[in-house]
Amino acid sequence: MKPRHKKLLAITVGVAVLGIVVALVLNAFSSNLVFFFSPTEVVQGKAPKDRAFRIGGLVEMGSVQRSADGMTLRFKVTDTAESIAVTYQGVLPDLFKEGKGAVAEGRMGADGLFTASTVLAKHDENYMPPEAASAIEQAQKAKATLKE
Amino acid sequence: MNKRLIMLLPLAVFVVLALFLGKGLFLNPREVPSPFIGRPAPQFALAEVGNPARSFSPKEMLGKVWMLNVWAPWCVSCRQEHGVLMQLKDQGVVIVGLNWKDKDREAAELMARMGTPYVINLEDLDGRVGIDYGVTGTPETFLIDKQGIIRYKQTGPINAEVWTEKLEPRMKEMAK
Amino acid sequence: MIPELGFFALILALSLAIIQSVLPLIGAQTGNARFMAVARPAARAQFLFVVLAYACLVTSFLLNDFSVRNVATNSFSQLPAVYRFTASWGSHEGSMLLWTLILAFWTMAVSVLSRRLPEDMAARVIGIMGLISVGFLSFSIFTSNPFERLLPVPMDGRDLNPLLQDPGMVLHPPMLYMGYVGFSVAFAFAIAALLSGKLDAAWARWSRPWTTVAWGFLTAGIALGSWWAYVELGWGGWWFWDPTENASFMPWLAGTALIHSLAVTEKRGVFKAWTVLLAITAFSLSLLGTFLVRSGVLSSVHAFATDPSRGAFILGFLAVVVGGSLLLFALRAPAMASGTRFSAFSRESLLLMNNVVLVSALGSVLLGTLYPLFLDALGMGKISVGAPYFNAVFVPLMVPALFLMAVGPLTRWKGASLPEMVVRLRIAFVVAIVAAVAVPLAAGEFKPWVSVSVGLAVWIAYGVALGFRERLKHGGSLRSLPRGFWGMQLAHLSMAIGIVGMAMVSGYEDQRNVKMAVGDTAQLAGYTFTFKGVEVIEGPNYRAARGHLTVHPESGSDFALSAEKRIYNAGGMPMTEAGIDYGVFRDIYVAMGEEIEPQVWTVQLFYKPFIDWLWFAAGMMALGGFLAASDRRYRVALKAKDAA
Repeated sequence: MKPRHKKLLAITVGVAVLGIVVALVLNAFSSNLVFFFSPTEVVQGKAPKDRAFRIGGLVEMGSVQRSADGMTLRFKVTDTAESIAVTYQGVLPDLFKEGKGAVAEGRMGADGLFTASTVLAKHDENYMPPEAASAIEQAQKAKATLKE
Repeated sequence: MNKRLIMLLPLAVFVVLALFLGKGLFLNPREVPSPFIGRPAPQFALAEVGNPARSFSPKEMLGKVWMLNVWAPWCVSCRQEHGVLMQLKDQGVVIVGLNWKDKDREAAELMARMGTPYVINLEDLDGRVGIDYGVTGTPETFLIDKQGIIRYKQTGPINAEVWTEKLEPRMKEMAK
Repeated sequence: MIPELGFFALILALSLAIIQSVLPLIGAQTGNARFMAVARPAARAQFLFVVLAYACLVTSFLLNDFSVRNVATNSFSQLPAVYRFTASWGSHEGSMLLWTLILAFWTMAVSVLSRRLPEDMAARVIGIMGLISVGFLSFSIFTSNPFERLLPVPMDGRDLNPLLQDPGMVLHPPMLYMGYVGFSVAFAFAIAALLSGKLDAAWARWSRPWTTVAWGFLTAGIALGSWWAYVELGWGGWWFWDPTENASFMPWLAGTALIHSLAVTEKRGVFKAWTVLLAITAFSLSLLGTFLVRSGVLSSVHAFATDPSRGAFILGFLAVVVGGSLLLFALRAPAMASGTRFSAFSRESLLLMNNVVLVSALGSVLLGTLYPLFLDALGMGKISVGAPYFNAVFVPLMVPALFLMAVGPLTRWKGASLPEMVVRLRIAFVVAIVAAVAVPLAAGEFKPWVSVSVGLAVWIAYGVALGFRERLKHGGSLRSLPRGFWGMQLAHLSMAIGIVGMAMVSGYEDQRNVKMAVGDTAQLAGYTFTFKGVEVIEGPNYRAARGHLTVHPESGSDFALSAEKRIYNAGGMPMTEAGIDYGVFRDIYVAMGEEIEPQVWTVQLFYKPFIDWLWFAAGMMALGGFLAASDRRYRVALKAKDAA
């Protein structure tokens, strides 16, 4: 092959690979990004109805209930302003506790019940998931402004 | 194509990346300023630990500069700051304890053993008062002035350094 | 006194690091032999003082000196001694000191093993590594002093995070850092070459063994981390595409690309600029990883406690090191023409393809990791990019790379015949297709990704076998083959083994969450689990509820498993300690959930086929790296040069 052809070939291959990568990334982004909402935002209807998202905040005191078979849990996640009822099947992370921060990922049902596929708590007892902390902070700010 | 420009590409990519990283660094300030600072301390009425007859409300403290120390017997960092709090008490600092979610009711026993730095230690069993104050963990300490306004929030244990650099100057200012 | 001694040693080490970087670099630039001669002794002395500092830290931990903040927050009087030792790197401050220690170790190793390098090259390499040491030592001294005292002295410590109290954590961080930091050698060689303008095959040959060893450590470190997550997090996962994991995986991808492109540069003198760029990239990504983990910019399940001033320091350092070296690259690289020709189908072109794919994969991981940060910085909302994104992008990208993996080593340099290659590999192709169809069917259910993976694994394994056969065609024994060849083939074969593990466990794993009272049974994947009850036990620094189960397989004898739910005394932190029965073809994994009623627990049962193939493959891959790096031609060739 002539050098010119070789260069052309190299560029073609490069562009093709780049194209495939971009296509894969865009495709994955369109279906796999998970947005985060605070309970207040969910109540305001800002969260999507048709796709999964995350909510975060404190697990409301006294809200954790177990079904008779012991495998389904219901609890409320609150940012201290609003709270969302969550149902979850499975085993909770070790650090999941009432009054502690948690993040749940899942979908919102038509009945206003959030069905979680995953529940996360932080590895270290002294720290909150940053998303949960941010939800509480926002709700507190809103509260503080309202009280004026 | 200009070869030099291509060779500059990695640097350009890095500069953009670094700008975002820099922005990200200041996006999530870890020392979250409490939204309560500069606002009246939320009101509540709680009983004293081991003495349900005695009820306390922040209103009682109007006209005083005081500290609300949120703690729990199961919290190890609280034990770390305990020694400092005892010294502060000896210096005449008014500290009110909020015994947060002490389900096992260990506080009274612990205070009896280690001494109490508090003028009164309050029982917040279900943690509701803690939530009103936006408490996310223990220990947290609020400085409240004579008008009942929260002036400062310390997240994490108080040590000598925190006291001399952050709390003491503010307490002095507030006492004027 | 010991902590103060340690801090003093750090300051001395910093002074030595400054000398180690400034004088030799000036010397190399001006041709001053006396300045250049400072490099080696300064590097060794610096190493000694960092060792002394680290020894002081370890001593403070072993002696339970809770007046040291680092010890008070990360240790506990009841903590077993081995974890008191590992707690020395369990904290932010300690792990940064470990970083510095390992950097000093690599520098020392270069100073000992660089006898055959030209004097100015050695001076530059050691000088540049000294500059990096200056950065990290200042970081420790000014923002993360591990010897800081605490007043008043607490009665006891807050304990090491229970998650870190695991045998996997004893070796994981040092291994990972050996890899991360080891790329600094390749980086220093690349910068030294750019500074001197001597970018030739000899440069690539010097860099190669260092890069391969670092890469081997990184491979082992990542695998240990994955194993730790599997054992310790209690839900049977082994890779989460968590930002912290990605932070170590990105340098690995860059390092893998670098190993391959160094081979081309050494043998054929091409891709010089590209190789230099990769060497810079690999180390830059190590620094970026450190920044991401240490600054808390990304929310991650295992990000460390954070502090913006530390993040700012590392970012500044990152800007100087990476920005500076990329600027140097932009200035010097255009002058480095690679003239040699090769045809469109040759080992060069296949390795180029390998690099293109690996770097694309790296780009996609980088994008996925930083995308939440980009959106947040632009005020477009908080998002998380989870495993589905990475699987959807990364896995398809790996397919062509794995396909070429079998072809590359069989292809001649400069130019090869494509039709001839088709003939050589036609049986391999048929065998791979048969396996791709047969194995998933035999496993009970046809899954496309399992089929593709198994096909590729067999394809690669056949390629490896063919490689050996063709090398031995004209006589010779296995032992006569060079270690470089052995190392490469071992690493490639381990990839095949690893893919089988990943595909089988992802395709056929099974799990159940059940509520169990004493005597209850549950079925999973042909195994019958019987719950025998729970006993309370006292560990050295925790109390645990230990659940006992017996497992009855369809064939073979019963075995017992026990799993624990621990509550650590110091922080009251609960921890799940899984019970695992390891096996060649499957792991049976049990984790205790919660006690719902007295003696009634939720229990998680997992069936994990072929998962241990992953760790085995990683070990074999690291071994391949070490073997390749010990190839005698690196020593012989350098000796010959020395004699000349």
